[in-house]
Amino acid sequence: MGKLDGYKKDQLVAMLRDMLIIRRFEEKAAQAYGLKKIGGFCHLYNGQEGVVVGAVAALDMKKDYLLTAYRDHGHAIATGMDPKVVMAELFGKETGCSRGKGGSMHMFDVEKHMFGGNGIVGGQIPVATGVAFMQMYKKTGGVTLCFFGDGAIHQGAFHESANLASIWNLPVIYIVENNHFGMGTAVKRVSAVEDFDVKAKGYNMTGTTVNGMDVIEVHQAIQKAAETARKEGRPALLDVKTYRYKGHSMSDPAKYRTKEELEEFKQQDPILMLKQDLLKAEMITEKKFEELDKEAKAIANQAEEFAEESPEPPLESRFEDIYA
Amino acid sequence: MPELAMRDALRQAMDEEMSRDDAVFVLGEEVGEYNGAYKVTRGLLDKYGMPRVMDTPIAELGFTGLAVGAALAGLRPVVEWMTYNFSLLALDQVVNNAAKMRHMSGGQLKCPIVFRGPNGPAEFLSSQHSQALQSLYAHIPGLKVVAPSNPYDAKGLLKSSIRDDNPVMFLESEMTYGMTGEVPEEEYLVPIGEASVVREGSDVTLISYSKPMLMLHKAAEQLAEQGIEAEVIDLRTIRPLDEETIYNSVKKTNRAVVVDESWPFASVGSHVCWLISRNCFDYLDAPVELVCSEDVPMPYNHNMELAVQPSVEKIVKAAKGVSYTD
Repeated sequence: MGKLDGYKKDQLVAMLRDMLIIRRFEEKAAQAYGLKKIGGFCHLYNGQEGVVVGAVAALDMKKDYLLTAYRDHGHAIATGMDPKVVMAELFGKETGCSRGKGGSMHMFDVEKHMFGGNGIVGGQIPVATGVAFMQMYKKTGGVTLCFFGDGAIHQGAFHESANLASIWNLPVIYIVENNHFGMGTAVKRVSAVEDFDVKAKGYNMTGTTVNGMDVIEVHQAIQKAAETARKEGRPALLDVKTYRYKGHSMSDPAKYRTKEELEEFKQQDPILMLKQDLLKAEMITEKKFEELDKEAKAIANQAEEFAEESPEPPLESRFEDIYA
Repeated sequence: MPELAMRDALRQAMDEEMSRDDAVFVLGEEVGEYNGAYKVTRGLLDKYGMPRVMDTPIAELGFTGLAVGAALAGLRPVVEWMTYNFSLLALDQVVNNAAKMRHMSGGQLKCPIVFRGPNGPAEFLSSQHSQALQSLYAHIPGLKVVAPSNPYDAKGLLKSSIRDDNPVMFLESEMTYGMTGEVPEEEYLVPIGEASVVREGSDVTLISYSKPMLMLHKAAEQLAEQGIEAEVIDLRTIRPLDEETIYNSVKKTNRAVVVDESWPFASVGSHVCWLISRNCFDYLDAPVELVCSEDVPMPYNHNMELAVQPSVEKIVKAAKGVSYTD
């Protein structure tokens, strides 16, 4: 069986397109950060695009939900949020998704079931488990994707949540975006195990290791986990190996890793890999790829222009959005 | 009017709200099969079953955060912490998520959730199990903090808290679960954010909330015997604070004593004292007095633990002090 069997061309091209938009968006964000249009913490997603794009492509966002940590621009765009609104939030503008109160780490779109954007390592894990509790409680048939990093899996929040999800049959999929570093600390320096799939065993759930540089492999793994979660209410844990090309945040020169290691992962770039698969299957041409990339760049440019031209939030609005 | 114990008034509130709204559910340690560590949730599992009543593992961070997520997704959880001392394990989920999700999402999300359980000292429990943590929670914008002192208020305020679209820290006290009081049979609500003047007087205003209100009543009686008419205010809600009721009273009596089980540093009590000093300065005939717990962890020894806390004697002494009759 071929790797792309069962996939429609449109679906694959859409994944490629989404990854390109996220990549070009992040490049634009980095540029704007350099120009001091964006402040504070800004964690870029370059290199990890295959994870969220593959995962969201396996969902039905009408009934499914997504929660993640602070490296969340890609997740916002993948769930269908307008890049303009995401960039405007980075710029702290009134037109941002959180009216300039959240910034880089707090992208939300309640209607699109994108529930953030959390700045505390592991803080979103119990919350995501609670969203899945609602899905069990109301028997919605939905699942919740809970993304977090390799640093967060050592938080008690993960372990308490995983146990609850298992004893109560909650349809939540825990996705470790294992980019090999918790900030500047390599996984092997702080973890008793190198592969996190084994941790699933302690909570009587399925654990799987997935190559996150391959969007198709991610898509298939999430599809399988989501099906089990929908049908049987069983949670799952996926250790998705990926790599971030940039530092932990904009202020991190990433001196804790070698150029060779970075280059090695860039050879397996998720965009390049899918592009090659599609070229081989003759689903796209080089020219089509160039068009998609040009379009992605235009979307990123328009997002920046929109953010730049958007008004500052009125100062009085600082007293709003605190109590319902 | 029938007399009800505090724990039964609280249970009635949950029972009524659970039957009114399917989205309301209760979770916590021992709330179901064991019927509650203090029997506040007695009978709810039998009546409603799972998932309306969920016994949790001993994992406060996990089940509190889970409840926050359920609230954001449209349910109305009532979280029972066996005591507020254990809420410290869940602090991140309360402060960083429950209190801030609405803000961080620019008003898109709301978090209708109640965190309830006993707060403040009981007896012989030493320092980890005797803490009055209201000042910590009252410090956080995004939270509401409610602390009733009698069964009537407890029932009416818990019903309002469950219907509120914001996170509400609902503070009970172990020592008053058996305290009885009149609770009407017909349905009623007590609004959040309204203090109540429970005794009128002209000479000094005594202000407190929760369990110490019992001391205020006794202190007011003793003061009356000595010719001092105290006005007594039960704040009932700490955040949002009903400042108007406080100021109206102090402007009349010109003297105030605030009583609080908290420690003194950066506390609910010290804040109320500051507000009165700031906003009633021209009306005050004496500095505002604070009677609070002493600035030490709670000792186990009974004589020492009593010495640490506010008492009727300390309140009377403070009231006479601000009246310059001591």
